[in-house]
Amino acid sequence: MRWNQLVRNKLFIIGGCLIAVLLGLMVTSLFYTPYGPNDMNTAMRLAPPQASHWFGTDNFGRDIFSRIMEGTQTSFVIGIASVAIGLVIGLLIGAIAGYWGGWLDEILMRVIDAMLAFPGILLAIMLVSVFGPGFGNTIVALGIMSVPAFARIARSGFIQYKEFAFVKAAIARGAGSLRIITHHILPNITSPLIVASTMRFSGSILAEAGLSYLGLGVQPPDPSWGRMLKEAQPFIIAAPWYVFITGALITAMVLGFNLLGDGIRDGYDLKR
Amino acid sequence: MLKIRKTFVTGFSMLAVLSMVITGCGSSTSSAPATTGSEQATTDTQSKDSGQDQRVEGGTVRVAMATEPDNLDPYLSAATDTSSMMDNVFDGLFEAGENSELVPAIAESYQVSADGLTYTFKIRNGIKFHDGSDLTAEDVQYSYAKLSGLNGKEPLSAKFAAIEKMETPDDFTVVVKLKEKDAAFLAANIVAIVPKDYEKQSEKPIGAGPFKFASYTPGQQLVLERNDQFYDQKKKPALERVEFKIMPDSNASVLAMQSGDIDMIPGISDQGAKQLGGGFQIVSGPQNMVQLMALNNSVKPLDDVRVRQAINYAINKDVIIQTVAEGNGVKLGSNMSPAMKRYYQEGLTERYQTDVEKAKALLKEAGYEKGFKLAITVPSNYTFHVDTAQVIAEQLKAVGIAAEIKQIEWSSWLEDVYNNAKYEATIIGLTGKLDPHEVLGRFETTYRKNFYKFSNAAFDDLVNRGRTEVDEAKRADLYKEAQTILTEQAVAVFIMDPSRSVALKENLHGFKMYPVQKYDFAAMYFSTK
Repeated sequence: MRWNQLVRNKLFIIGGCLIAVLLGLMVTSLFYTPYGPNDMNTAMRLAPPQASHWFGTDNFGRDIFSRIMEGTQTSFVIGIASVAIGLVIGLLIGAIAGYWGGWLDEILMRVIDAMLAFPGILLAIMLVSVFGPGFGNTIVALGIMSVPAFARIARSGFIQYKEFAFVKAAIARGAGSLRIITHHILPNITSPLIVASTMRFSGSILAEAGLSYLGLGVQPPDPSWGRMLKEAQPFIIAAPWYVFITGALITAMVLGFNLLGDGIRDGYDLKR
Repeated sequence: MLKIRKTFVTGFSMLAVLSMVITGCGSSTSSAPATTGSEQATTDTQSKDSGQDQRVEGGTVRVAMATEPDNLDPYLSAATDTSSMMDNVFDGLFEAGENSELVPAIAESYQVSADGLTYTFKIRNGIKFHDGSDLTAEDVQYSYAKLSGLNGKEPLSAKFAAIEKMETPDDFTVVVKLKEKDAAFLAANIVAIVPKDYEKQSEKPIGAGPFKFASYTPGQQLVLERNDQFYDQKKKPALERVEFKIMPDSNASVLAMQSGDIDMIPGISDQGAKQLGGGFQIVSGPQNMVQLMALNNSVKPLDDVRVRQAINYAINKDVIIQTVAEGNGVKLGSNMSPAMKRYYQEGLTERYQTDVEKAKALLKEAGYEKGFKLAITVPSNYTFHVDTAQVIAEQLKAVGIAAEIKQIEWSSWLEDVYNNAKYEATIIGLTGKLDPHEVLGRFETTYRKNFYKFSNAAFDDLVNRGRTEVDEAKRADLYKEAQTILTEQAVAVFIMDPSRSVALKENLHGFKMYPVQKYDFAAMYFSTK
């Protein structure tokens, strides 16, 4: 992948800018928000956007902009952590199944197929209902939800590369399995994994919003975009900006990561 | 590119939502005229009647119901929504009146023996069930045997457990003998009377009420038709048909009402009423519910009355009513809604005026100067209670109590909190009952579902005397005193009785509010306009 090729890719630039802005919001929110995200000012309920409240206030008189800022933390932390879980477990399963093959492959892949049989969000709902809602459990549930995607990509990569001459040469030279997996095959399949990660990232953020919308994700009063969308829904007539801003930001974040992923993939395709 | 296309689809649906919002805004510029208080509302409609509007005989009223009936058999159904529909099909010995009084229905009159153990009910002559058969004392006995378990089967209602035996000296007299004095028994007699040996109530319910069951299509509608043979000529229904449309989505029912497909929405939200706009009647009044933050009186530090009082001082109920209920709620001071006019103790709402300093002082006295952590468990399906929890958490912060909100599923709430009292604080609404004992008996030490873990000898004594006191005025005083104890002991934070709002078409009249969820379609009628 060449950096100057990526920079020329419009999709990558748009996606990158969107994510950079949101990332900037998140970093700022660690030190500063205009108002306390949970501070209620009941005299200022459902105020429209104005100079003192950029995005207006919600039904408790809380500043929506501050809550949106705080909410970026939730989205990024849950996105990164759940993708990390999915990547590690998925890679492990994919590597074992793809490298050794045989009955181990059969068993592992049938388990993965079974997981794929459920729509991802349904699987996450099931896991959260069993282990109880909350921040940590949401991350674990979304992580498990992305395991199958990573496992399949890793497995196909391993199956493909283990037949290559350089791998055979390494085996002939007497290299151990672990060394071959980590030093010879893994570096070759990083690009599809990176693309998959960005895509899963947006998937996780959307799923978190979905879970929180259903009341299963992040617990009140901590802000999460999904929860905010749910809380905004009854006020769609009285305060349309509330639901619109929250919905637009979720869209922007998901769109940003998808474009980023597409851009990176296009960059790789050019290289081949 | 598949992913890209997906995101575009999301984008377009966002746009579609936005345009809907804008059109929605345009049509709801004028706000609905809201009347508060049930009496006001009825007088309002009456004054309209005397005008040029003419009462129309007949007509179909279409009602949006949010939930599916759970069981058409009145003895097997547990859902309030279902009973409020089927109440029009079934009549009891008495019917619930507007001021929590009992109005004679199937029973013409009754007598209670001096020892308070024997009730003699006189059954009205000439009542016919919907299948044409006569309603006699035998049917009443059959119905009550089913409820009390005297027929040898599982009893279907705990309220009838006190019945020892029944007799029917003639076709129109029923004598019920109780095991022990129970003043709450009388109010239980609003339960449906069903025809003897008819076991298909779940499929085709048959009662003696002003409306006949016509059909039920799951997921769509439940239809009732006028009972032309109704025994009470003065209360003969004017409406020909009542169609309950099952509409779980509240936004959909508001849109249907705007477009004229629905004539009535019972339990419309404040936002829904706003959205509806002008040209409709909105009737609202207290629904005899008690929304409270229950405190587990057996866990530390809530076992200390000073801590519970401090919490009461810290919470500003007016703010909760303003933010969560849009101002449509009546502030409470104890576990009784003013809708229970005869039993309501005045003045308790002023006992704990919001006072952060006083709350802090009480906490200091109790040894919790630095505050403590409090877990508030709320059922996740009730946005109303979850929102209340958010406001309370914020208010408790000011006195140093760090409240953490734990949302759990309704079934786990029933299991953990209601049945097993495994919680610290919880927010819930207790639905209204006709008899004060059913309302206050929940706090008795020996009550099985006393999830407050409240135990107070003076209180127990008062409600026990109330249970057996036959003199109405004396009985009311006992329950009023019991309410004062609940407030003084700060058993819970009694928040509000959220108003029930009902949206009606402008020419639909005669709607009345009851202390229980009841929609009396026999009294309702259309007018020409």
